[in-house]
Amino acid sequence: MKTAVIVFPGSNCDQDMYYAIKDGLGEEVDYVWHAETSLDGYDAVMIPGGFSYGDYLRSGAIARFAGIMPAVIQAAKEGKPVLGVCNGFQILLEAGLLPGAMLKNKHLKFICETVDLQVKNNDTQFTKLYDQDEIIRIPIAHGEGNYFCDDATLKKLQDNNRIVFTYSGKNPNGSRADIAGIINETGNVLGMMPHPERAADALLGSDDGLRLFQSILNHWRESAHAAYTS
Amino acid sequence: MKKVKVFITLKESVLDPQGQAVMQSLHNMEYTNVKDVRIGKYIELLVEDSADVAEQVDTICDKLLANTVIENYRYEIEEEVHS
Repeated sequence: MKTAVIVFPGSNCDQDMYYAIKDGLGEEVDYVWHAETSLDGYDAVMIPGGFSYGDYLRSGAIARFAGIMPAVIQAAKEGKPVLGVCNGFQILLEAGLLPGAMLKNKHLKFICETVDLQVKNNDTQFTKLYDQDEIIRIPIAHGEGNYFCDDATLKKLQDNNRIVFTYSGKNPNGSRADIAGIINETGNVLGMMPHPERAADALLGSDDGLRLFQSILNHWRESAHAAYTS
Repeated sequence: MKKVKVFITLKESVLDPQGQAVMQSLHNMEYTNVKDVRIGKYIELLVEDSADVAEQVDTICDKLLANTVIENYRYEIEEEVHS
């Protein structure tokens, strides 16, 4: 599996993402600069956390119009796995690949801590290796992770089992329905505020995040094998 | 040239924690008659004259300046007077 990690000016979790895939998974991975226009040859796309364009205007608003974004949207339409973490999630929301928007954290604080997440849907290509309702420990680090959507959108997310992760115990940022991560209708675009790439090695305090990347890899292997034998 | 003044505000249904914090501060200053504070953005654009400036500004606001999931916008178009 060949993965692209998109790098914007102001991305700062790109290296963590790169090493989670390279060392954690042992798979091929490249940095792809935001000004590039093609993602041909890549099997998976990761949009890392950070403060792209200094969070000017709104988090993710400027990155959404970067040169690489049409290729990211194209990859999503082709059914390739696209993962947006933290600022990456915000960019996916701004790009309309996922519904809703981010508000400032309820108590206005930038929160940097490891939280309990509940896996609300383990039947996705990102979460197959977790148990349903399993509690995992993943770090968060954001000032604008207060997920907002209207009632109709929330109902759609709930009815279609598209809420993948929720905060367990306490909700750190005021997000609607404790949402920490959601998936698109076709199940190949996941946005989440917590950082699985920062929990990809036991040395970092938790390796609960690694199974997310392993799930993507397993799914890719199965579908690549299916394509080969059909 | 036209000067376009764009006002972006959070929708009524969206909580504004920043506004709430500012209101709390005003109350601490004893301005207890202030009953709500909502914080928005003000953006000025200088645009070359053309027939469809308003149409363009609508698109610019929808696509980039505002996030219509959480924000409303309105704007005023004025003649830019050269001094």
